[in-house]
Amino acid sequence: MTHLAPATAKPDRPQSGAEILLRALVDQGVDVIFGYPGGAVLPIYDALFQQSAIRHILVRHEQAAVHAAEGYARSTGRVGVVLVTSGPGATNAVTGLVDALMDSIPIVCLTGQVPTHLIGNDAFQEADTVGITRPATKHNYLVKHPDDLARIVHEAFYVARAGRPGPVVIDLPKDIVIAPAPYAAPAVTPHRSYRPNLHPAAAEIETAIALLKSARRPVIYFGGGIINAGAAAQLADFVRLTGFPCTGTLMGLGAFPADDPQWLGMLGMHGTLEANLAMHGCDVMLNIGARFDDRVTGRVADFSPGSRKIHIDIDPSNINKNIAVDLPIVADAKLALAALIAAWRADPRPGPAAARRAWWQQIAAWRARDCLAYRQSMEKGAVIKPQHAIRQLHAATLATGRDTFITTEVGQHQMWAAQHFGFTRPNRWLTSGGLGTMGYGLPAAAGVQVAHPEALVIDIAGEASILMNIQELSTLAQYRLPVKLFILNNRYMGMVRQWQELLHGSRYSHSYSEALPDFVRLAEAFQATGLIAESIDQLDDVIATMLATPGPVIADIRVDPTENCYPMIPSGAPHNEMLLGPDQPASSPFVSDEGMALV
Amino acid sequence: MHANSGAERRAVISLLVENEAGVLARVIGLFSGRGYNIDSLTVAAVDESRSLSRINIVTTGTEMIIGQIKSQLDRLVPIHKVADLSAAGPHLARELALIKVLGAGDKRNEALRLADAFRARVIDATTESFVFELTGNTDKIDAFLALMRPLGLAEVSRTGIAAIGRGTAVMA
Repeated sequence: MTHLAPATAKPDRPQSGAEILLRALVDQGVDVIFGYPGGAVLPIYDALFQQSAIRHILVRHEQAAVHAAEGYARSTGRVGVVLVTSGPGATNAVTGLVDALMDSIPIVCLTGQVPTHLIGNDAFQEADTVGITRPATKHNYLVKHPDDLARIVHEAFYVARAGRPGPVVIDLPKDIVIAPAPYAAPAVTPHRSYRPNLHPAAAEIETAIALLKSARRPVIYFGGGIINAGAAAQLADFVRLTGFPCTGTLMGLGAFPADDPQWLGMLGMHGTLEANLAMHGCDVMLNIGARFDDRVTGRVADFSPGSRKIHIDIDPSNINKNIAVDLPIVADAKLALAALIAAWRADPRPGPAAARRAWWQQIAAWRARDCLAYRQSMEKGAVIKPQHAIRQLHAATLATGRDTFITTEVGQHQMWAAQHFGFTRPNRWLTSGGLGTMGYGLPAAAGVQVAHPEALVIDIAGEASILMNIQELSTLAQYRLPVKLFILNNRYMGMVRQWQELLHGSRYSHSYSEALPDFVRLAEAFQATGLIAESIDQLDDVIATMLATPGPVIADIRVDPTENCYPMIPSGAPHNEMLLGPDQPASSPFVSDEGMALV
Repeated sequence: MHANSGAERRAVISLLVENEAGVLARVIGLFSGRGYNIDSLTVAAVDESRSLSRINIVTTGTEMIIGQIKSQLDRLVPIHKVADLSAAGPHLARELALIKVLGAGDKRNEALRLADAFRARVIDATTESFVFELTGNTDKIDAFLALMRPLGLAEVSRTGIAAIGRGTAVMA
């Protein structure tokens, strides 16, 4: 990992803080930084100019730098690195930092700061970055002495990766990166105070296996923790070993193959009927690396009322936060699954086979409802259904045989992508889950493409979200990143429109996409290829052309503006009160007064 | 079970933290950001050689909320140790209060008699005022203040508690 840049390998003079910073990054294995220069970071940019070990990708907005680093991190399993200037550079990065915090993505964000003697004086481009980013990061640092610089950089990478990953900010006053600084290699001693527990206790594993062996109606529910732990193979082994049905969160998609018969589909607000009813009706639930998020639980008082719950999480604060569990296990998902696999194999008890067969029969009956069905007319000129566009895109990408990464923006298109694009491998699905950041998908896709130049990278977008970071088309052009933007254009902020239809008397307050750009000409303005499909007979050709085009593409897919995303668990409702579609209204009143107040 | 169900209890939580800039802001920000109560909070350096400070927090919440508070605190990077003294066993908690009482005549004499009964010290006096210094647990100080209220209580300054477990067990 220690391929030192020629400029920094054998110093014959004292090195500046900026040079020490880059040397520490190289020692941490960094090969790419996403950033945007400015006054406070000029010395760092000068040092970057004089070396070749680290590539710098110039974004067009600091928020996009963080999302690009998230894309890099999620698709590689490594730490994403960001470099922005002081003041507005740092404040623009905040949305990306919170996004990474909510979705547990390891990021190190270097922010410039005014010189130490000016801190607190309301200097030009000064902001209290450590104050502003304290609740936006896992941890943050202000470097006050050159002696601390190298140690803090190494520590920041450790904190970003260790335990539940997250974003870390290092605020760098300009005088600190100019002054000579000593180098220190990464520490080999454990961190003084931050040492997350990784190993499950043997007694906990034994109790878990006893519960699981006795289960008559089991379900395994997993989340993004599987992907962060690199535990997808262990998860698949354990699911197949047990024969249990499994479901996953939005963040977990791809950790278990969607074409496997034991996969019930995603659970939660827009999850499948079979996944949510299995969660509601199970007698033993094993949660690995998911946090009982409100999008998953629905009404907590009625969440899976008859089950005993095992919760494996690396973050103790996720235990009993939303849902009280019977057996908490604080551990790394990979180590916990390895222990469960060994213990399951060592335990000869067969379990209640007849009851489990009946459980699978019940699940088959739920599956037979085909809750993701939609009606697509194939007549010439017929309007494209967004679900069908995603299914055709999925089939076409499979046919290419290429390694395919999907990012999304936020809204209906995101949920349809989660429901209809069958993910079979981890780290190939990148979406803003916790924060729900519109504008995530395009810069994240740029970050993925930088990390995987040969891969097929597609941002499944909506026409409203894509405009939130549309300036990144310029980044795609500069670095010739062949990202495909697949815009499901329904001329509405679709999820807002859906909630207004269902909850607010169809009063579509400010959710219509007025004055949209001509996406084909927009593509051409940024040296990309623009395509448009206005009816079903044009869809497959546009997809084929998009995939065959070597450079970046914007495909404007005009879809049904009134299509709603189903199934749907209304806010404040339990899992067994799902809306399956417009033709199958809920039996109970649609949303309670309490539910109206929820998001 | 819902996070907000169940009876509330008072908890005395002691933290050993890295003595560095911003650590108190992280702790306070966690409480305000997640909507937890702080009834009182004290902080001071306690181990210069290891660069450690101790923060004592009194809070109120359901068992689930107090469990959340402890685990949320425990994952802050510069926090070394989190101890729930009220759950761990018998412990001692003391705070100091400076109490200014204004008045003359019988009320003034009565204030002085009561201060003596509570072992409060007179640390400043004029012909129309006393400043009492009183140390004790929170209940004792509350009781003294209640007695002073009709006798001319004018101003109070309280430290919040310092707390420590009884016996040989050590938080380190």
